[in-house]
Amino acid sequence: MKEVLEGSHAVSEAVRLARVQVMSSYPITPQTHIMEALSEYCADRRMNARFICVESEHSAMAAVIGASSTGVRTFTATSSHGLALMHELLHWASAARLPIVMAEVNRALGPGWNIWMDQTDSLSQRDTGWIQLYCADAQEALDTTLQAFRLAEMVNLPVMVVLDAFFLSHTYEPVDVPEQEDADRFLPSFSPRFQIDTQNPCAISQMAPPAYYMEMRHGIQMAMEQVADRFEKTEAEFQAIFGRKYGRAEAVQCEDAEIIMVIVGTAAGTCRQVIADLRAQGEKAGLLRLKMFRPFPTDLIRDISGKAEKIAVIDRNCSFGAGGIFAQEIRAALCNHDRHPHVFSYIAGLGGRDITTEILEEIYRMTRAAAAPENESVWVGLRN
Amino acid sequence: MQEIRFHGRGGQGTVLASVILAKAFFKAGYEVQTFPLFGVERRGAPVEAYLRLDDKKILIRSNVYTPDYLVVLDAKLLQTADVTKGLKPGGMILINSPGIPDPKLFSDYRVATVDATQIALRHHLGTRTHPIINTAMIGAFAKIMGMPPADTVAEAIEKEIPVKTSHNSDAAKEAYNEVRFS
Repeated sequence: MKEVLEGSHAVSEAVRLARVQVMSSYPITPQTHIMEALSEYCADRRMNARFICVESEHSAMAAVIGASSTGVRTFTATSSHGLALMHELLHWASAARLPIVMAEVNRALGPGWNIWMDQTDSLSQRDTGWIQLYCADAQEALDTTLQAFRLAEMVNLPVMVVLDAFFLSHTYEPVDVPEQEDADRFLPSFSPRFQIDTQNPCAISQMAPPAYYMEMRHGIQMAMEQVADRFEKTEAEFQAIFGRKYGRAEAVQCEDAEIIMVIVGTAAGTCRQVIADLRAQGEKAGLLRLKMFRPFPTDLIRDISGKAEKIAVIDRNCSFGAGGIFAQEIRAALCNHDRHPHVFSYIAGLGGRDITTEILEEIYRMTRAAAAPENESVWVGLRN
Repeated sequence: MQEIRFHGRGGQGTVLASVILAKAFFKAGYEVQTFPLFGVERRGAPVEAYLRLDDKKILIRSNVYTPDYLVVLDAKLLQTADVTKGLKPGGMILINSPGIPDPKLFSDYRVATVDATQIALRHHLGTRTHPIINTAMIGAFAKIMGMPPADTVAEAIEKEIPVKTSHNSDAAKEAYNEVRFS
């Protein structure tokens, strides 16, 4: 049944429906509401789960790594500095091939101290071997969290479900919350392929000398290469029960678009409005919303952007010295492709600064007016 | 689409007022979206919240810059902040105030007032120094907008406020009847 829910609580509902067995977390704004609701569910027995209180995010990840190794379903959530503190163990979770699911609420890193929306925290974890899925509204946050468990357990890789601070985490909107029996049909209980078992003692995560290590890393890469296919199967199963589907990337009016705007997260909603307005003025504008960042959907980007003349990538993040991170990834995805459009890179909306319709229209007009892109990212909406 | 902007102070229940109204509008058949402009919140600090309602899915996710309605929970904010910034010409302002403000201050707008502080005190909501006025403001707002219907407002208050529920419902009803248009 549809009800008005906060984005954070949409995630909590998905974790409840997934019948997670062990959770651990350390509070940090703007993630806190997710775990507050879940700790209540553990306390009042709406969930039959263990909530492990810890003294840091590093320990929270260590706790779910330990729990997941014993073959139970696990969840944690964090943001920003908390995610940065987990960094070492993010590598550990993926290399140990543990299907942990984590909600990551995008928040800027300090200093200057800032609790608002910025993607640099999760994108800094690009190479840790986690699948990353970016959501655009509360319904998608719920659906993606539920799907994340299915996907993680199929490929034995951890999944990060990423939400915008405040624009998603603290926004209330109508959400269809599935019934438990439908959730159970979609997501059966976890049957691990390996686990710590006191009846059958063995050592895990041991020393891997040069003769073995490389094959283990190749295994992670091979698992990543299966993700696109498994994600599409997961979505098809989900759609059969719940009627909703999102895709690894979502194309809006891209078929005949001359300029495609690329954006990630809730600002895609605002951009959708801008595209509709531009179309009404006769502009051939399209929108490509990326949902999956790892593994990167190179095939879809090549297909969708093939006919456009220009792509304008809006990054709510920055890799200092290189520019917008999604723009770099898209340039890399297109560079060996036969024919590809110019890729324009824009940086906007850092540290919670609003991405308004005016900002997006300005980006569209700058892209249309320029013959070719600058090498460096163009910063939009800076104060004079 | 209709856009409503709330101006209050931390501790008055500004954000919850917006959430309760959103739930009442949703119950009445509207698509809704509400969120706070989050500062690092603390008691007494200025707070803003936004509410959008439409008969179709709401795409836009940015802050509200050109509201149709303003709800001002603390009239003193009118002296310190540019509260009416962006309010559409002909837009309506609801102010928590015992008196009618100088009409010259708001010549382009329609103004309504309600003494939500006194109503909250009468119903023992919050403390004598920090009355919680959000449910009174919700009742007054439902009157000036003509929406959402009284039964959906009462239902949303009942669902969202587990303590002193009937006091809050009564405060909303009283404010509905006491709101004055200037």
